[in-house]
Order: sequence, then structure tokens, then C-alpha cells
Amino acid sequence: MLRAISKSLLVPAVFLGLLLVLPFLLSNEYYVSVLILCCINAIIAAGLNLLMGYAGQISLGHAAFYGLGAYATAVATATFGLPMELGLVIAVGGSALVALIIGIPTLKLTGHYLAMATLGFGLVVFIFFNETISLTGGPSGFVGIPRLSLFGVTVQSDLSYYYLVATALALVIFISRNLIDSRFGRALKALHTSEKAAQIAGVDIARYKLMVFVLSAAFAGLAGFLYAHYLTFIAPSSFGFLYSVELLTMVVLGGMATLWGSVVGAFFLTSLPEFLRVFENIEILLFGAILVVCMMFLPQGIVGGITSLAGRLKSRKEESDG
Amino acid sequence: MFSSYLQYLISGLTVGATYGLTGLGFTIIFNTTGIINFAQGEFVMLGGMLAVFLYASGIPLPLALLGAIVATTIVGALMERLTIRPVKGGSSIQLIIITIGVSIVIRGIVMLTLGKDTFALPHFSGETPIALAGASFMPQSVWILAITGLILAALRYFFKRTLFGKAMLACSFDRKAAYLVGVSVERMVLFSFMLSAFVGAVGGIILAPLTLTSYDRGIMLGLKGFAACILGGLGNPFGAAAGGLIIGVLESFGAGLISSGYKDAFAFIVLLLLLFVKPSGLFGRAQVKRV
Repeated sequence: MLRAISKSLLVPAVFLGLLLVLPFLLSNEYYVSVLILCCINAIIAAGLNLLMGYAGQISLGHAAFYGLGAYATAVATATFGLPMELGLVIAVGGSALVALIIGIPTLKLTGHYLAMATLGFGLVVFIFFNETISLTGGPSGFVGIPRLSLFGVTVQSDLSYYYLVATALALVIFISRNLIDSRFGRALKALHTSEKAAQIAGVDIARYKLMVFVLSAAFAGLAGFLYAHYLTFIAPSSFGFLYSVELLTMVVLGGMATLWGSVVGAFFLTSLPEFLRVFENIEILLFGAILVVCMMFLPQGIVGGITSLAGRLKSRKEESDG
Repeated sequence: MFSSYLQYLISGLTVGATYGLTGLGFTIIFNTTGIINFAQGEFVMLGGMLAVFLYASGIPLPLALLGAIVATTIVGALMERLTIRPVKGGSSIQLIIITIGVSIVIRGIVMLTLGKDTFALPHFSGETPIALAGASFMPQSVWILAITGLILAALRYFFKRTLFGKAMLACSFDRKAAYLVGVSVERMVLFSFMLSAFVGAVGGIILAPLTLTSYDRGIMLGLKGFAACILGGLGNPFGAAAGGLIIGVLESFGAGLISSGYKDAFAFIVLLLLLFVKPSGLFGRAQVKRV
């Protein structure tokens, strides 16, 4: 028992250690801000991976939950002057609540119909951010969000903010890992393989689908909270359809149904434009081309591809040894 | 009162026809491959932008339009050859992301070569509004509705009466069986991409004089086209066309009677409500699994 707990703690702890060392390897302070965004994206991608990779349900509207979290805390703390702890609760709880309400009818759909429903939901929320100008500031954005300060401690430098989001990411991974290895996770995997078989085996599939949808929305809400108080400015354009697509790509490109895959995918896709910036105008072109080429030649994603390559090398070695 | 309703109806049908054509393109590819091609909106954008570009370089309008359609059809063929065919047997989510990547590349190329500006194409037959029972509309609206109707009729004939069209339908029904009776499935897939690029380009060209065009027009048009498909019942080409018209009309009435800012939201809200009540779409034949 104790060993199991220490094992489940060990991996996120090592990961956290790695994350915390990362800034020392970088010469440029600008990269710290990129790393912060990488971690924030990885939090959402990890949640989306639970939904897509494990439960097999597609969502093309996850940017909406991210945006809801960001706007909820912005309105709560900046407009109404509520304490930030409350902002956090509203951001995470609000996203989860909306997911619960929208999830009940939506998750009855499958395949392309589910994709369309989540996409439609994302667009409606996006238009809402744009049009309720008195509440959200409309297309020009919401300014004057206070910097993060929780329990009397204000986070000043980018580096300390990075440590905070890295810890949050490790926490999300810790929760996800434990979930996947639990009865809940096994139910999700069963559901992914065959909904019918899972149902026959006594899994309440509608309830499990809804629970994982709500959980992934709560992660996105948390990410939105961290994002809003980091940039202190948010605009609807960050939470549109293209961002939902980017999230989906992070999960698939990293490798579905591997927890690390979504993290690797998030770090890769978030930092890629920074590396491509050297190419100025053709940046967007290269981005699209890399996406296509990666998907054509790495169908299992980066982590999946490396794992199968390692497996192949190992079996070849065993062959030559034997 | 009546005249403004008529006005909303006509402008809704006009825009809706192009959503329908985009949806039609989705259906053609979906039926032969099972892929939702997210670059479909880009075909529509390409049609409009290339027509503007060719016309501006001094080519007479009819030839410019023809050139744009041919070029877009070739792009459709290239897309299938270079990115879809090499990934034979890939998962549908993998293929969807590939089409998203292709759409980013197409958008990027158009942005870099033709610029970020908004362009207009001249109306096909003048800009004297036609008055009808107190409402007025552009002759271009007639062009749009007539050409959409013509394409629908031609496709219907193609799928019902020609061997080639029947072979494509056979692929959509059962690929393996089609292959066994001698249908070249690969060729059908290639042709479905060309056909949907063609239909998309026509939609983009007939719409461009009325609503202007720019490199980033494709995203919203693609999403509305997808919505039209789902509304009509995925896999049913004529359902997609009807779905497009319904979405266009809803949008137009929503914008006119409630608020123009929420124009894009109405269609999707109605679509969401419909999906919750009737998950297979309005004219969907196949029973969609429900939990």
C-alpha cells in the first residue's frame, strides 16, 4: 500500500523536479514566459486527454471552458473586487458547472455529432465573450486583472509564477495518474474500447462520461484562472475555435491515451511558433506543414512513436542477442 | 413588416445556398472516405480569392471564374494525392487533423501571396437592385440560387444515372464490396476530393461579389457548412443543401429581428437544440447511437 502510494507520488515528483530545473538551463528570461504558457496549455491538454484518450469522447469546444475560467476570475476579482481565492473557486467551479449542464445532453451524441455539438457550444461561448461588452470588454478585451496573490502572497516575478504553474501541472498529472489507475480509469478504458461491452459489464457509461467531461472542464477552468492572472489581460481571440483545435492537436500529436503524450504535445505545439518566429512570414505555413507531416508519419503521436521505436529496437537487440 | 420579412428570407436563402454548397462538399468526401475535411472552407475561400486575383490581372471575368474553379479543383486533387492517400487506413481523428493542417497551409499560402486585404469581385450582371413586393435584392442573389439549384440537379443526375456516380455511391456504402466488384476505390477518393473542391470553389465564386472575400473567410464558411451537414443528417447531400438554407435563413432573421452581433450564434444554438432532440439531424436516415 505504502509502496503504491510512494510510486504514484514518485513520478509526478520527478517530473516536478525536472520542470523546476528547466529555467536554469535557459539563458533568456523570455523563455520563462513561454514555459509558463506551455505548463498552462499542458494542464488543459492533460484534462482533454482524459476525455479523448481514455474515454474516447471528442471535444472541439474545450477553449470555451478555458475562457470561462479566465473570464470568471477576471469578473470576480477585477469587477467585483472579490478575493482571489474566491476567484479560483468560481473559475474552476463555474467551468465544471457549465460542463455539467452542457454535458448531460451533449454526451448522448457520438462521433461527428458530438464533435459538432461541442464545436457549436464553443462558438456560442466565443460569441458571448465578444458581444457582452459591458461584462467582458468585448473584442478589445478585459484589462486590469490583478496579478496573482493567494493567501496573502503576491507572485511577483515570472520565475516564481513559473514555479507555481509547474506545481499546478504536477498536481494535475498526479490526480490524472491516480485516476487512470483506479476503478474509474478502468471504466473509462472499457468505455473507450466498447461502450456496449462496458455497459453490459455494469459500467454506468453515461455517468462516467459526464464525470470525466466535468473534470476536464475543471482543469481547463484552472488553466484559465492561471492564464488570466498571469497576463492580467484577456481577449476573446485566445479562446476561439482555432485554440480548441490546437488543444486537440496537442493531445493527438503528443500521443493519445498516454498522460505524458499530452504534456509533450502541449510543450511542443506551444513552443514551436517561438522557434519558427525566425522565419517571420512563413511561420504559419511551416506550422501547418509540420502538423501535416507529424500526423502522416507519427500516427501514434510523439510519445507513442518513441515508445514503439524503443520497443522495435529492443526486440531487434534481443533477436541479435539470442 | 411583410416586406422586411421577405428581405430577410431572400438574403438568408442567398447566403444559405453557399453554406449548402460547402456542406455538399463535406458530404461528398465523407461519403467516400468517412473523413470530415476541415479544409472544405478553404476551397470556398480559394475559389473566391483566385477569381479576384485572376480578374485583377486582366483576364475577362468568365475566364477568370473558370480558371479559379479549375485551379481549386487541382488543389483538391493535390491534397488527396499528397496528404490523404499516403495515410491509408489511418484513424479518422488523425485524418481530420491532417485536413486541419492542410487548411492552415492553404490559408498561409494565400495570405503570403495575395495579401491580408479584403477583396470584392464584380457582380455577374450589374448592381441594379430588383424590387419585389417592397423588398429589394441584387441580381447576384438570383445567380447564386440558380447556380446552386443547377449544381444540385447535376449532382443528383450524376449519382443516380451515371456509372461513375454509382461507383462512388458504392464506395460509400461498402468499400470492400465496391473494390471486389472492380471499382477503383483510390480513384473514387481522388475524384471525391476534386468534386468537393469544385463545388466549394463555385460556392466561393458566386458569393464573393455579394459578401467580399479575404484569406481568412474559409474558417467560418467551413464551420457553417459542417453545421449544415449535421443539420441535414450527415451523409445526405440534399439534406446538407437544405440544412445550409435553413441556417442561412435563421441567421438572417436572427440578425434582423434580434441582434446582428449574435448572428453567428443563432444557427449554432438552434443546431445544438436540434441535436439534443433529434440526434441524427433533420433528414438523417442512419440511426445515431444514443446512450
